[in-house]
Amino acid sequence: MNRRDRAFLVFAAIALAIALSGCSTTKAVRVKPWERANLADPTMDPGRDPLATAMMEHIYFSREAAQGGRSIGGAGCGCN
Amino acid sequence: MNNRGLFPLLAFILTMISTSVRAEIRVGEIFPPLASPGLVGANVPATLGKVVLVDFWASWCAPCKASFPAYMRLHSAFASKGLVIVAVSVDQDAAAFASFVRKFNPPFLVVLDRNQRLVREVQVPTMPTSYLIDREGRVMHIHPGFRGVETEEALRREIEKMLSN
Repeated sequence: MNRRDRAFLVFAAIALAIALSGCSTTKAVRVKPWERANLADPTMDPGRDPLATAMMEHIYFSREAAQGGRSIGGAGCGCN
Repeated sequence: MNNRGLFPLLAFILTMISTSVRAEIRVGEIFPPLASPGLVGANVPATLGKVVLVDFWASWCAPCKASFPAYMRLHSAFASKGLVIVAVSVDQDAAAFASFVRKFNPPFLVVLDRNQRLVREVQVPTMPTSYLIDREGRVMHIHPGFRGVETEEALRREIEKMLSN
C-alpha cells in the first residue's frame, strides 16, 4: 500500500466516522416532541386498560410459567 | 467519477446531513419572526417593542390543555400592560386544532404552524414549551413543559419584571 492509498484510507475512515456519529445523536434519529401526535393516541398505549393488562399477564404466567418482560417503551405524548 | 472518489463523496454528504440538525434556541438568542406565511389562523401583529409569550402546544398534549386556563389568566392580568400571547399549535390535523380552539375560545392569539416550520426552527425540547421574548425579540426565559401553578407563578413573576423594564 503506497502513501497515497494510506492517506485515502485514513481520510475515508475519518469521514465515515463523522458521518455515522450522526446516527448516535438523539436529535438526529429520534421522534421529535412535536411529531408525537400518533404516539399520543390512546390506542398506541399497550397498557391503556389496566384490567385487560392484568388479565393478559395472568394468562401468560399461567401458560408459560414466566413473568414480566412485556413492557414496551416509546408510546405516549412525551409531554413535560 | 470512479469508485475511489465515490466513497469519500458519500461520506461527506452523510456528514453534512448528520451535522445539519439544528440546535434548540437558547436564552439570549433572537426568536424567529412570527409574521410567517406558515402560521395560519390569525394575523400576528408586529411584536417588536412588545413583551411576547410564545407557547407551542398541540391538541393531543394533556399539559397543553391544562396550560390554556393559566394563559387566559395571564392575558387578563397583563394584556392591557402590553403583553402579547401567541399560542402556536403544531397539530398536523387542522380539524383537531379548530376543535380545541372552539372548546377553549381563548382571548389571545392562536395560530397553526401548518407545516411545522417554526417549531422545527426553534426545536422545542418538549411539549408544551413557552418562550418569553423581550422587546428586542430576544428569548429571555424558556419553560419546557407545564407544571401547573409552579409554571404559572414563574411566568407571572418574569412577565411583571419584563413589563416594568
